[in-house]
Amino acid sequence: MINRIMSLARNCKCTNLFGICTAWLVLISIMVSANTLANELERSGAMQSSSHLLRGEYLTRIGNCMGCHTTKGGQPFAGGRRLNTSFGVFVTPNITPDKQMGIGLWSEEDFWQALHHGKSRDGRLLYPAFPYTEYTKVTRQDANAMFAYLQSLPAIAQSNPSSEISFPYQFQPLLTIWRALYFKEGVYVTDSSKSTDWNRGAYLVQGLGHCNACHTTRNALGASQEDALKGGRIMGVNWYAPSLSSRLEAGSSDWTLEEISELLTKGITHRAVASGPMATVIRQSLQYLSQEDAQAMAVYLKSLTGEERKTPGVNFAVMSGSLQRHLDSGGQLYKKYCQSCHGENGEGAPGVYPALAGNRSVLMNSPLNAIRSVLNGGYPATTAGNPQPYGMPPFQQILRDEEVALVVSYIRNAWGNRGRLVTPVDVDLSKG
Amino acid sequence: MMRFIVLIFFGIACVANVHGSSSVIVPDTMDERVKACTICHGAEDEAGRDAYYPRIAGKPQGYLFNQLRNFRDGRRYYQPMNILLENMSDDYLQSIAHHFASLQLPYPAPESFVMQPEEIELAERFIYSGNAQKDVPACSACHGDNLMGIEPAIPGLIGLSRAYITAQLGGWRKGSIIRGQASDCMSEIARQLTDHEADTIAKWLANQPVAGEASPLTALSPELAQRCHHHIQENGGVR
Repeated sequence: MINRIMSLARNCKCTNLFGICTAWLVLISIMVSANTLANELERSGAMQSSSHLLRGEYLTRIGNCMGCHTTKGGQPFAGGRRLNTSFGVFVTPNITPDKQMGIGLWSEEDFWQALHHGKSRDGRLLYPAFPYTEYTKVTRQDANAMFAYLQSLPAIAQSNPSSEISFPYQFQPLLTIWRALYFKEGVYVTDSSKSTDWNRGAYLVQGLGHCNACHTTRNALGASQEDALKGGRIMGVNWYAPSLSSRLEAGSSDWTLEEISELLTKGITHRAVASGPMATVIRQSLQYLSQEDAQAMAVYLKSLTGEERKTPGVNFAVMSGSLQRHLDSGGQLYKKYCQSCHGENGEGAPGVYPALAGNRSVLMNSPLNAIRSVLNGGYPATTAGNPQPYGMPPFQQILRDEEVALVVSYIRNAWGNRGRLVTPVDVDLSKG
Repeated sequence: MMRFIVLIFFGIACVANVHGSSSVIVPDTMDERVKACTICHGAEDEAGRDAYYPRIAGKPQGYLFNQLRNFRDGRRYYQPMNILLENMSDDYLQSIAHHFASLQLPYPAPESFVMQPEEIELAERFIYSGNAQKDVPACSACHGDNLMGIEPAIPGLIGLSRAYITAQLGGWRKGSIIRGQASDCMSEIARQLTDHEADTIAKWLANQPVAGEASPLTALSPELAQRCHHHIQENGGVR
């Protein structure tokens, strides 16, 4: 290059020192600007791809892929988690870019096939334990970003055992029938009569967030009620996922948007706390929601109103003397073990220890979650907004089943609460 | 007029009080936050309400943190602990470990089991000399000359109940304490012990009062560092 410049200068016969210097300066400045341009192009490409990856990482978190594709304490995304369902045990696959054990050989198109159509790379139909029934609503652009992020992870050569699918569900033709009945393929379609926030919230709740995988009653063939979020027992997990549309359960139509997004990202508000599997979802996924997305989900969730279920089935009409004595003995246990945190009148300490008076988790028709909270205790999720939560002790090694039944019956019927009495059999069935 | 204004203020204060009143006072302290722990591990973490729950006060912080993390991640199995810790961050577990490690509380009187002279001799041989034939090192080589543990991650053995020590030794022998690790020092050692030896050691340890310096030692012996080097992690912890 320098030779060329020199020869250029010679050819021009520029003997004038000033002329040479000028030519030099012009050429150097051209070279520098060309260099800068190239650098800038390269940088913007890199930035684009790094923002693509960041976006993929964010979406992968909000879709909580890691929640199922990682065992407890295991290598992230290397799979191996066992999902117990009524159709057998599904073992989640390795989705790191390992070529043998993971999805290292997959293309963007293969990933789209799985997420959108519910088909594996080899054309095999996937079981809906993988929530493609919801992920189908994810856009191609988002799917590509998620794929790019997964491919950027370290490959982990972890082989996982095969799923143990029960007879007769291992026959693929049955899946074809199931899909014909229950699988509605298609990216989320914007409802133009609703706001941008509402649509974004619907996209996240119905699609990527796959809330309906738990907050629904599945039918005998394991299909959820379409987008209804009416609540139900979570398959394979002994918890009840409350309805997100009924105000008697976890419906939020009378909440403020701030409070809904606070519960989603912080895990606790002045009147509610997420426990059990929902605390886990908040720890792994929802606490990372951007402010805009949390707000959008709140707008959508707030708009959900469903038929209000009938008042919880109370199995007694008037308080008889013996019933009163029964509840009083529950009250004695409450005084001894619960009152110091939940208060004399079940008022709790807002934002720390939940109130039990008027608490929907206590009053829900299904006493399952209340019983499990007493048996297992637990800490709310640690989140940026609640880094050092206060916890509830497990009482399963302190109280007998009969005592748990008494104390839960008591809290369901004290301070104006009214709920079905709980039996020791309910307690026994709530274990595991 | 002034009296009227005061009365209005008084009225507002009363209303506010009625609506915002709670009999529950929540101190912003670690003590309050770990009530879920102390219900089993002892209100003041002295003896515990049941002989099975181990003392955790004053144990090395690294040891406590590793146990909390192992419970949370399912590597150490005890269902109530696994569920309790499920959604907690490393940072919070570290703070909890620090809280209990720094508690200096008096030790309760030891248990008193009658032991025959030959049992005492057998136990003391394992504790202070080990058994070269079985390739079992002295307990004191790793858990410290005073058997109160070694910082940062080796637990003390005194002040625990026989039931707990027996259960732990049994767990190590059956490989059910820490899952998913091919080899582990304590597992290898415990497998060399007979039932009788394990029980005698547990009885002897439970009989010992805590006297003098009750804190963990701070230096890892060279033997231990050599024997267990593959378990000593980058973060200074031993699993």
